[in-house]
Amino acid sequence: MSGQEIVFTLLGVVAVGAGILVVTTRRLVHAALWLVVSFGALAGGYLVLTAEFVAWVQVLIYVGAIVVLLLFGIMLTRAPIGESADLDSGNRWAALAVAAATAAVLVTVLVMGFGDRRMPLHAGGGSARELGAGVFRTWVLPFEVLSVLLLASLVGAIVLSRSDIGPRDSGTGPRKEDG
Amino acid sequence: MHLAYPTVVAALLFSAGVYGVLARRNAILVLMSVELMLNAVNLNLVTFDIWYRDRLHGGQVLTLFTIVIAAAEIGLGLAIVLLVFRNRKMIDVDRLRTLAEDAADDEAAGGVARPRPAEPETETEAVDAR
Repeated sequence: MSGQEIVFTLLGVVAVGAGILVVTTRRLVHAALWLVVSFGALAGGYLVLTAEFVAWVQVLIYVGAIVVLLLFGIMLTRAPIGESADLDSGNRWAALAVAAATAAVLVTVLVMGFGDRRMPLHAGGGSARELGAGVFRTWVLPFEVLSVLLLASLVGAIVLSRSDIGPRDSGTGPRKEDG
Repeated sequence: MHLAYPTVVAALLFSAGVYGVLARRNAILVLMSVELMLNAVNLNLVTFDIWYRDRLHGGQVLTLFTIVIAAAEIGLGLAIVLLVFRNRKMIDVDRLRTLAEDAADDEAAGGVARPRPAEPETETEAVDAR
């Protein structure tokens, strides 16, 4: 077991453990904070896998933006800060069975399929220079399409969350400021 | 590095996300579980990109695109969740049953719908809250 494998195993244990805590904790805010731990450990795993640029994008967008957005969502839906008993629905045992079956099938298939393969790790393979060249030479059309998609989703989110635009009759009610 | 390590981590993260999507009741927690599943997919993409030594870096570039799509998805999803909260005063996904065909659906589903006897009350409650 090489040093890279040891480091990646530790980071993977942290990521999976925090991920399991996200889906089992009884406090909503703690779920979002465990999500930060899980994403951070995954970013470390990307660094070990020499995907530096993806790691920093992960830190910036997931930890910096998406978790903050989720925390805003938790606050705006007036979620309880402390423990809440009814976060799990009634079918959690069925969900546990499905998740265990998924894990068993995926781990078995992956270990049987790729258990003896080794991958070469060369430093600099995923640097900003390499990925920038890839994005702006080969993948420039999907990149531009994606920017249009991001703009469309932004406009959609604004339209959904504003309460003063829409059908005529909905504008007469009391306006709420929680969007 | 053995290929088994990152793929097994990704598989376990994906299963945790599957459990969260199926078992959680709060819509924001469901969105968080979806993010966990997307991250598992990203880890697989990066791993196989590095394993194949892709000169075009298709896997890592697709990971960046997936992250951007996840950001768009979480923005729209939270906007929809806030809209539901504004109308219903709650975001429990198993109580949002206005679109369900109640009588026919429950009889057709049989054992699946049986352990929830309080369903008609929650349904009327949701309609009242609207």
